[in-house]
Amino acid sequence: MTARLTARDITLRYGDRVVSTRLGLDVPDRAFTAVVGPNACGKSTLLRAFVRLLRPAEGRVELDGREVAGYPHKALARELGFLPQDPLAPEDIRVRQLVGRGRFPHQSLVAAWSPRDEEAVTSAMASAGVADLADRLVHELSGGQRQRVWMAMVLAQQTPYLLLDEPTSFLDITHQYQLLALLTRLRDEGRTVIAVLHDINQACRFADHLVAMKDGRVVAEGVPADVVDAGLIKDVFDLPSVIVPDPVTGTPMVVPTLQGA
Amino acid sequence: MNVFGIRTERRTVWLTASLLALAAGLGLLGLCYGATWSGPGEVLAALTGTERSVVISEWRLPRVLAGVVFGAALGVAGAVFQNLTRNPMGSPDVIGLDAGAYTGALFAITVLSGTSGQLATGSVVGGLLVSAVIYLLSFDRGFSGLRLVVIGIAVNAMVTAINSWIVLRAELEVAIAAVGWSAGSLNGVGWADLRIPFSVIAVLLALMACRAHAVQQAALGDAIAVTTGVGLGRLRLLMVLVGVGCTATVTAVAGPIAFIALAAPQIGRRLAGAAGVPLLPAALTGAVLLQGADLLAQMLLAPAALPVGVVSTAIGGCYLIWLLTKEVGRA
Repeated sequence: MTARLTARDITLRYGDRVVSTRLGLDVPDRAFTAVVGPNACGKSTLLRAFVRLLRPAEGRVELDGREVAGYPHKALARELGFLPQDPLAPEDIRVRQLVGRGRFPHQSLVAAWSPRDEEAVTSAMASAGVADLADRLVHELSGGQRQRVWMAMVLAQQTPYLLLDEPTSFLDITHQYQLLALLTRLRDEGRTVIAVLHDINQACRFADHLVAMKDGRVVAEGVPADVVDAGLIKDVFDLPSVIVPDPVTGTPMVVPTLQGA
Repeated sequence: MNVFGIRTERRTVWLTASLLALAAGLGLLGLCYGATWSGPGEVLAALTGTERSVVISEWRLPRVLAGVVFGAALGVAGAVFQNLTRNPMGSPDVIGLDAGAYTGALFAITVLSGTSGQLATGSVVGGLLVSAVIYLLSFDRGFSGLRLVVIGIAVNAMVTAINSWIVLRAELEVAIAAVGWSAGSLNGVGWADLRIPFSVIAVLLALMACRAHAVQQAALGDAIAVTTGVGLGRLRLLMVLVGVGCTATVTAVAGPIAFIALAAPQIGRRLAGAAGVPLLPAALTGAVLLQGADLLAQMLLAPAALPVGVVSTAIGGCYLIWLLTKEVGRA
């Protein structure tokens, strides 16, 4: 396993509130990594550190051995694409325009809009399933549609890395599975995907590499089948469960044992 | 095949052309209008130099150019701050930058000797001080546009009170001059007053034009802006400098002209049918609005000329009430 993107002993905090202390993580290249853990365990914060929205108080986040903070803004934006949890669209922006904003790191002052940009936007909208919404106003769309539009914007950025913070949270179940299938396709095309996911069973089914976090620490990581057992789920989520093979894929499936009274 | 945004692009080109034509038309009207009416032929002759006319080329022309250029500067300053605060009320005149720049200018007149250099420096320093105060007061574990606007409105009220106090304490002659100017006026503006302000505004607008694309990208919010390659820290600093610089430069010459910075960006945005608050439509709309308001100010009580700020404030008050009710309704 090689890893171009790594976090070395990073300490992350907002003001005085420490989220993670001396956390280390290698993101395997060309793989789909899912980060799971209970609410407020530091998953999003970790992602924000990777895309340098949060500067580690200690330690380094490196891409190809070079600290991400040292990259020129657009150069890093051509490597790492990021989808935050609830991005806010400007007023009166149309879907096609918003997706086009993903091309910003590829544009310069002189060359504003090229056929390559056009192609990237069209294919990103097709991949994210929003081609038919192209001329709609973003603020008139449903939460799920909007999330797919933002996904298309990040795809239009055409970065080797996709860091996604709960990309499925507003989607209905069909679109959740379609998006996850899209992410595995992108992985097959050679991209590296890191996604914070809520549904542990989806993570086990689709991810190559599972990272389980609790209280700002990485509790376990590895291939889902090697990592996930009832002990881990009890430890991380404080939830009693049994693990059965997923009837479709054979990957671990967590079935909580809690029942209604 | 460039389907992308071609509709908006055409609309922007069309809008730019029409606003330019409108500004030119209002400018021509401004050159014709005065104590005596000059026909367009006379104006043209005076402009091309075939016929000398002190009234047109020394009195009316600087005033008209000031209306257009200052209007554009105020429009851009408004758009810049509305982008920064992500709020249509976050414009320099509402959050007290005009008032602060005016305080600086008043200080230059009453305490110092009031040369144009002192006026300009005083205005810029006053504007920067007020923006620093607002920023410090509104920065509470992160940056919030709405909080900044609310605090700015309060700061504006306090600074305006300080301004009245300075005027009341000043000597009579100085006070009369200061009050006449306090509403914002282009009366009696001449070439000598304009050379430095025009150069400063040209530099600021050129700087901002180079970064217009990044300003547009920054409207996607901090996270996406940074991860798509906007150097947000430096961009914000530049935006504050351009916004304060434009506001203060205009205030140093013409006094605090309210409403243009508030309304021009929003009107321009709606006319352009654009997303966010784009800079070019704001600049052009600002030019048209200020030149139009200045013409109205000259015509309403002719032959007495009102300060343009009275006209713009009267219209702006109505606009602000409408905007406030809309914002409150949305919250």
